[in-house]
Amino acid sequence: MNLAEGVQIVSFGILAVMMLGAALGVVLFANIVYSAFLLGGVFISIAGLYLLLNADFVATAQVLIYVGAVNILILFAIMLVNKREDFKPLRNRWIRQGSTALVCAGLFTLLSTMVLVSPWALAPAAVPGQNTVVELGLHFFSDFLLPFELASVLLLMAMVGAIILARREFIPEEILPDLNQPTSLTLQERPRELLTVGSGGKGDTTTQPIDTNA
Amino acid sequence: MHLQLQYFLLLAAALFCIGIYGLITSRNAVRVLMSIELMLNAVNINLIAFSNYLDPQEIKGQVFAVFVLTVAAAEAAVGLAIVLSIYRNRETVDMEQFNLLKW
Repeated sequence: MNLAEGVQIVSFGILAVMMLGAALGVVLFANIVYSAFLLGGVFISIAGLYLLLNADFVATAQVLIYVGAVNILILFAIMLVNKREDFKPLRNRWIRQGSTALVCAGLFTLLSTMVLVSPWALAPAAVPGQNTVVELGLHFFSDFLLPFELASVLLLMAMVGAIILARREFIPEEILPDLNQPTSLTLQERPRELLTVGSGGKGDTTTQPIDTNA
Repeated sequence: MHLQLQYFLLLAAALFCIGIYGLITSRNAVRVLMSIELMLNAVNINLIAFSNYLDPQEIKGQVFAVFVLTVAAAEAAVGLAIVLSIYRNRETVDMEQFNLLKW
């Protein structure tokens, strides 16, 4: 980035405050929809930090993948499981939260002392204006070719696995073997139980399971 | 005074600790997945900071960051599918009631 030093410092400060505040909001807000939108804010701030670190391609990919795909996926998941339920209060929950906060603070102290104490083998000077896309493409198709192909296989496996896991399970007793009908190409699933309006707000956990034999 | 490597590393450490806190204390299963995303992003900030300050010529840290991005996308898809599947079985998203494997 060909920015002046002061501009870089100021934008780093703004992005850091935005990111930490939004991350605390993600963790601490009671309403999970607010958390999901603040998560998008965290991702966008991180993309700005990548731009400060001369990583323009990764910043673009961050906005595309995280804000565009992962965050929307999380919002859809919230929409699909949006049953407003009041969690049963646990005994001694504050002990758990306090000890977790203590452990996290200790871990942060440890990491920050390690960061500040250890001598880093800094490169002499960063060369600005370098074309990172060309450089990344060279890496992907020369010395990181095998991990690149494995990543594509991983994405395919994740897609198939997500479809299999999220599908409602199919009950074979329910179909009637009718050979005259043309076979449809739809994915056969258990019929979804229709929700009445406002039934989600009561928080009743004793709903009857679907009686498949009736 | 200019931007140094330590600033980014401290910021990533803070984000990672916030992610761990959310991972352990939150009771909504979707929020647990969000905390995992926060931790993965903290690691990505570290990788790109190292790539910029220690290896600016051949930017291998950015290559690793792109791989982490890929794995994070796959993890989000499969994780949310698992959350949906558990929600269908147990009718809740409370992490305290997912005790099927607890003895």
